Amino acid sequence: MTSPEGSSAAIRAREARLLAGAVVITATASAILGWSHSPQLPPTTVITVMALIVIAVVAHVAVRAAAPHADPTLLPTVLLLNGLGLVLVRRVDLATGSELAAAQTVWTAVSVGVFCAAVLLVRRVRDLARYQYTFGLLTLVLLVLPLVPGLTAGVINGAQLWIDVFGMRFQPGEVAKLTMVVFLAGYLERNRALLAVATQRVGPMLVPAARHLAPVVLAAGMALVIMAGLRDLGTALLFFGAFIALLYVATGRLAYPAFGAAAFGLGAWLAYNLFGHVRVRVRIWLDPWADITGAGYQLAQSLFAVGTGGLTGTGLGFGRPQDVPFSATDAIFVVIAEELGLLGATAVLLLFLVLVTRGLRIAVRARDEFSTLLAVGLTVTFAIQVFVIVGGLTRLVPLTGITLPFVSYGGSSLVANYLLLALLLRISDETRAAAVGATSRRPATGRGSMTRRRTTGSDDTTGVNR
Amino acid sequence: MTPQIHRISIALLVLFGALFVNLNVLALISGDDLANHPANRRVIVREYAIERGPLVVGEEAVALSTPTEGEFRYRREYPQGPLYAHLTGYYSLVLQRSGLERALNEELTGRPTEVIAQNLGELLGRSQRAGNAVELTIDARVQQAAHDALDGRTGAVVAIEPSTGAVLASYANPTFDPDPLSSHDPRTINEAWARLQDDPDRPLLDRATSETYPPGSVFKILVTAAALEAGMDPDSMFADEAVYDVPQTTADIRNFGGGVCADGNEISLADAFRVSCNTVYAELGVQLGDEALRAQAERFGFNHQPPYELSVATSVFPGDLDTPSLAQSAIGQRDVRATAMHFALIAAAVANGGELTEAHVVDQVRDPDGQPIARAQPGRWRDPPGSGTAVSPRTAAQLRQMMLDTVRSGTGTAAAIDGVEVGGKTGTAQDGETPTAWFVGFAGDDVAVAVVVPDAGAGATGGGVAAPIARAVLRAGVEGR
Repeated sequence: MTSPEGSSAAIRAREARLLAGAVVITATASAILGWSHSPQLPPTTVITVMALIVIAVVAHVAVRAAAPHADPTLLPTVLLLNGLGLVLVRRVDLATGSELAAAQTVWTAVSVGVFCAAVLLVRRVRDLARYQYTFGLLTLVLLVLPLVPGLTAGVINGAQLWIDVFGMRFQPGEVAKLTMVVFLAGYLERNRALLAVATQRVGPMLVPAARHLAPVVLAAGMALVIMAGLRDLGTALLFFGAFIALLYVATGRLAYPAFGAAAFGLGAWLAYNLFGHVRVRVRIWLDPWADITGAGYQLAQSLFAVGTGGLTGTGLGFGRPQDVPFSATDAIFVVIAEELGLLGATAVLLLFLVLVTRGLRIAVRARDEFSTLLAVGLTVTFAIQVFVIVGGLTRLVPLTGITLPFVSYGGSSLVANYLLLALLLRISDETRAAAVGATSRRPATGRGSMTRRRTTGSDDTTGVNR
Repeated sequence: MTPQIHRISIALLVLFGALFVNLNVLALISGDDLANHPANRRVIVREYAIERGPLVVGEEAVALSTPTEGEFRYRREYPQGPLYAHLTGYYSLVLQRSGLERALNEELTGRPTEVIAQNLGELLGRSQRAGNAVELTIDARVQQAAHDALDGRTGAVVAIEPSTGAVLASYANPTFDPDPLSSHDPRTINEAWARLQDDPDRPLLDRATSETYPPGSVFKILVTAAALEAGMDPDSMFADEAVYDVPQTTADIRNFGGGVCADGNEISLADAFRVSCNTVYAELGVQLGDEALRAQAERFGFNHQPPYELSVATSVFPGDLDTPSLAQSAIGQRDVRATAMHFALIAAAVANGGELTEAHVVDQVRDPDGQPIARAQPGRWRDPPGSGTAVSPRTAAQLRQMMLDTVRSGTGTAAAIDGVEVGGKTGTAQDGETPTAWFVGFAGDDVAVAVVVPDAGAGATGGGVAAPIARAVLRAGVEGR
């Protein structure tokens, strides 16, 4: 093969090496944690590592079979985050006496099962666009599920986000995030020309006609409804951010993000004035020390953990995750910051950045617009989620409860994010498979994605974004 | 769509960049502040992992750490609780520290809390490192005598060794039990704390050091000192009148009991001191002038905060007095205020030839192996004008004699001890509903004492209420020498 990225076998071999690296790092972390608490390694350490190896092998085999051309860095990066997550959840267990690590290991296995199924079943990502309205409807259903009597698990920690099905707790919003992006990608692919062209000039800006702004207003409205109904600021921000980013990518009109920012500003202002819990969040953000034993407790504890960690951290097993509320779920990042220090936290953030840049690269190279929009939407959602929770815990933005993808304890989050990974890998595989096919017919045209995309023949509306 | 995606990726990079910058600021720049923030439980857990050194009186620990089960490895105990509470303070998870527990924290933990290493071995408990023992100058018998003599009455007693400034007793009523405050159970702490906070008698207030009272006639020691330093002597004669008509006002100053102090003609300074003659001292104060009085008061440490391991309130002699205020101030009324601790130092200075010493309560610090690593260095209190020389040795000797006479045949006879040379001055300040009773004195060169009993009850006097307490304390002090 003459493709610059090498043959699919070479790509998969690289993935395998990276996976081995991820397993070694996780195993080391797991062993260090075990030794921090007893001279003999507890059996849980070994079980975790064995499980991770099996999971890595299974996922790798599935990718080899179903997505041989896919990007080789995504899966190992995710597996490393997931493995570190397992170690950290176990760490929190040791500190608080909870027993979440076993469940999280099972959830990891389930998630990887779902991942394999998705990679194998979604043969052409493009086909998902056909069901866009189904996905749209599904999004709404998933969002309101936690409000349905009989299903709802009630208000937990101030938010109503969970349902109980067959004795299991599930957070449908995590999956809704994906279905919404699929819907939006389909909707925007079909309507982007219209949304981009129909503009009026207001001052220096080209503003879309009022009726085309309706979806934006609708999205802002939906975000508000989520905030009010579910008391979930993080998810609202996620949905809205992804939507505005997709609108912008689809139309190339800066007016959308500008108008979106204004709409979000207005929405935030309304939320601030309408909802007490929003005001509390903002007040804590501005001054976490004022009510350090009450409302500001969580943020203050997060900051203490980060400050205590310093540059190199206390070492795995030597921090105090028991002091930080929700240390296994929302606040798991500060456990990293405390025990692995600024260096460890930076490394983890860089892993997320790898996923984000790879995701966007996949988006740029994708051979059809739906796939591009889908990859952008998934990546932006993912990136905003990381930003919202890490920024919240470190007082960059007001703290809202949301999971740290792949790391936090929580089955729904894990399943949803592995699905996200599956979709990105499928898009990546299709792109490169096609590119390999193209280069085998023509001389290599370098790395320009434009060139490659033109050859796909799906470019009938690209005039609007040039 | 590629250009838009590029811009989106730049926007996301900016967001992540902000995360990185913010994380660096938190972990590196404000890291130490956060790590050592008083509300950061880690600080306390680290601290409670150390066997904190004991506070020792004589041979006995009055505050010590004992190992316990649980997250906090040592619990602080106070075997004699209330007797030493105002000295030891408490050592609390919720309330942090007070008293000597706070003032001597570095010695007791063996190093500053801020630099307690977080290395693995220490957290695993492999390197046991205990804090230093701090031995106090307190004499258990004197402290106990102060407690017993006060007999539950609100008030304070401070006893000092005149030559060194070593505090032999410092006790105040009401007091509190530091034990529940030092519990490992936040609820116990909070309940005990709420009770103490709500108590109208304010048991957390150390009336020996933290509260100033109008000194009344014990202030005459300072007026007398000013007079002697100005060239008068104990035989200087004054008119003996029942009423001193204060210039510029219709008010006047009368003697205790309303009569004259001697025969109604003349009275010597020594006798006026001995019987605490208000009319003479009001006139004397006006005659000396407020600047001379203030200068002398300040040489004794008024308007200066006494150096001590614990925080001591500053005794006040106000500035720019008009004549009526001056006359009142000369008999220790009006806005003149002083602590018991300060008057014990003043009594010590008189017994010590006019040299004002610094009070101290730490005798020595021993490391966990028992090796002395620091010892008290007694010294003069150099801040006030005169650098610690309050009066000349001659004046000190004259004052001393006058105080001896007061106990022998004046207002202070209730303080006399057979076979011991006891001197002193009584005070009965008219403030509040009932007077504040004082006795300030010394027994030979061994002990100086100040006793204050605020709100001592109708008809109470310093000679009646405070002098017997002083006697008990002085006797305990003399017996211990």
